[in-house]
This record gives sequence, structure tokens and C-alpha cells, in this order.
Amino acid sequence: MHIPDGLLDPKTFGTAWALGGAFMVYAVTKTNKELQERQIPFMGVMAAFIFAAQMIDLPIGVGVSGHLLGGVMAAVLLGPWSASIIMTTVLALQAFIFLDGGVTALGANILNMAVIGVFVGYGVYLVIRKALPNRNGTLVGTFVGSWVSVVLAAAACAIELAISGQGSFKILLTAMLTWHAIIGLVEAVIATAVVGYLTQVRPDLVQQTSKA
Amino acid sequence: MRKEIWILLILAVVLAVFISPFASEFPDGLERVGIDYGFMDNEKELIESPIPDYAVPGITNEKVATSVAGIIGTLLTLAIAYGIGSLVRNRSETGSELRNQRISGK
Repeated sequence: MHIPDGLLDPKTFGTAWALGGAFMVYAVTKTNKELQERQIPFMGVMAAFIFAAQMIDLPIGVGVSGHLLGGVMAAVLLGPWSASIIMTTVLALQAFIFLDGGVTALGANILNMAVIGVFVGYGVYLVIRKALPNRNGTLVGTFVGSWVSVVLAAAACAIELAISGQGSFKILLTAMLTWHAIIGLVEAVIATAVVGYLTQVRPDLVQQTSKA
Repeated sequence: MRKEIWILLILAVVLAVFISPFASEFPDGLERVGIDYGFMDNEKELIESPIPDYAVPGITNEKVATSVAGIIGTLLTLAIAYGIGSLVRNRSETGSELRNQRISGK
């Protein structure tokens, strides 16, 4: 759901740039505390994996495809602040080098996928993890949190398009949520598989949240 | 770097090089909605992208062009995210050194 240039009006992409940009400056200072020295290579590899996985569009219906976003997967393994930096890095490279997502729209794409998707999805993960504080909780939390992240990012995207006059709120929200409820399931399955594999071989890889 | 992290990196390279040329050609969720409700025509290209649409210009074989774009993007993302991670961490070098000294009791 990378918004291209030309769809958002200046007030919308300007506001989104301001919000997304301010959030990222703050995320840098938080990542500083969250990320451990030994996790830096993992951060690089996670970003590379998300970039590659986002190239794999999977058909989810006749004439529609979807791909992984990966924000909650990264947040569970590296913490939400590092995850938002990873997502922003991927989105910026896609916009400037690969014509995937616009440059004026980059602020909105960051806001939707690197901020709203990551933090609300991760919040859902934390709630489930608290109720079920074992490996099953981690997996169920990743699954549900990932689904929520895609659906909410899609909702935010629909709202920005509607504010920019591309259609009515009702129509855009309904259409975006319908497809992304399905795309969210693809997201949830992939994210849970990756987190499941990594936590099985290395339980310590899940970002410790207790002392944050 | 631990073995599991290497496996994730190898998986990323495999996806980018060997699987990405066979990704679905269908529009994604947003594009679908944009086509159905007519706003996708408003799309504009504001910058000259070096590798537009994940296809390296000049390579006639589409699958190879995507494959090469995939590996360039994956390695570039790896390098930049690693660089950002290192920079972000360095800002707190003094802080964490102090912390470590306090913990080790020096």
C-alpha cells in the first residue's frame, strides 16, 4: 500500500511529513537506548530481509496481490523503535530508487507503515504476551499484532486519500479494509513463521520488554 | 554474527534473486482500489528513479532485470540499515561505557 506521488494533496502530505519526520527523530533517540551493540548486524539483516520479502507479491484474489510489510515482526525481535527505523529505511530506498511509493507521499507511507502499523500492532502483541507470557503468547501476539498492523495502516492510508479528495471516506475505507483484511493474514502467517523459527532456535532473540 | 542471522540473510538473497522475478503481476491492494475507483490515474512520477519498478534499465530480460534490482536493493538496505544502527548506537557510546563501568564496578 505504498502511496505514489500525485494522490495526496499538499496539506495532507505536508502534515504527514511533519508527523512522520518528528516521530523518526524521536525514534532515533529511543533506538539509541533500545538497541544493543550486538543487535546492529541483526538490524541490518532484518531490513534486508524485509526489503526482499516486500518484492514478493503474492496473489490474494483474482486481480489483487499483497506482500509482507514486516513491521511487527521486526518489533517483536528488535523492539518497536528499531523496527520503525528499519521500516523507514526500506520505505525511503523504495521511494528514491525503485519508484515504489512517492517522495511527497513518503511521510504518509512512513506514518502508516513505520509508525501506526508498527506501534499499534506491537501494542496488541504486548497485550497478548502479557495475558499469555510464554512462547505461545509470543506467536499468537505476533500473528494478531501483524494482522492488526496491516489493517490499521490500510485504514490510515484510506483516510489520507479521502482527505485529499480521492473518494469518500466510506468507500475508500471499506475497499481498503476488505483487501487488507486478507493481505493481513498473509502478513500474519509470514511474520509468525519467521518469529517462530528464530525463537525456537534462539529464545533470547525476542526483544525483552520487561525492563523497557 | 550468529548462524540464525546468516540464515535470514541467505533467505533474503534467495527471495530477492530467485523468487522476486516470479512475484505476482497483479496490482496490490491500494492499486486495486485505485483502479476500481479511478484515482490511480492521478499518479505522477516526480523524480527520475535509477531503478524504476524494480527493473534495472538496460537489461532486456525482464526476469534478470528484476533479479539484479533485487540483489542491489537487498545489499543496499543491509548496508544502510547497518550504518544507521551503528550511528545511532555511537551517539550513546559514552553513556553505555559509563554504564558498563558502573556494572563491572570499576
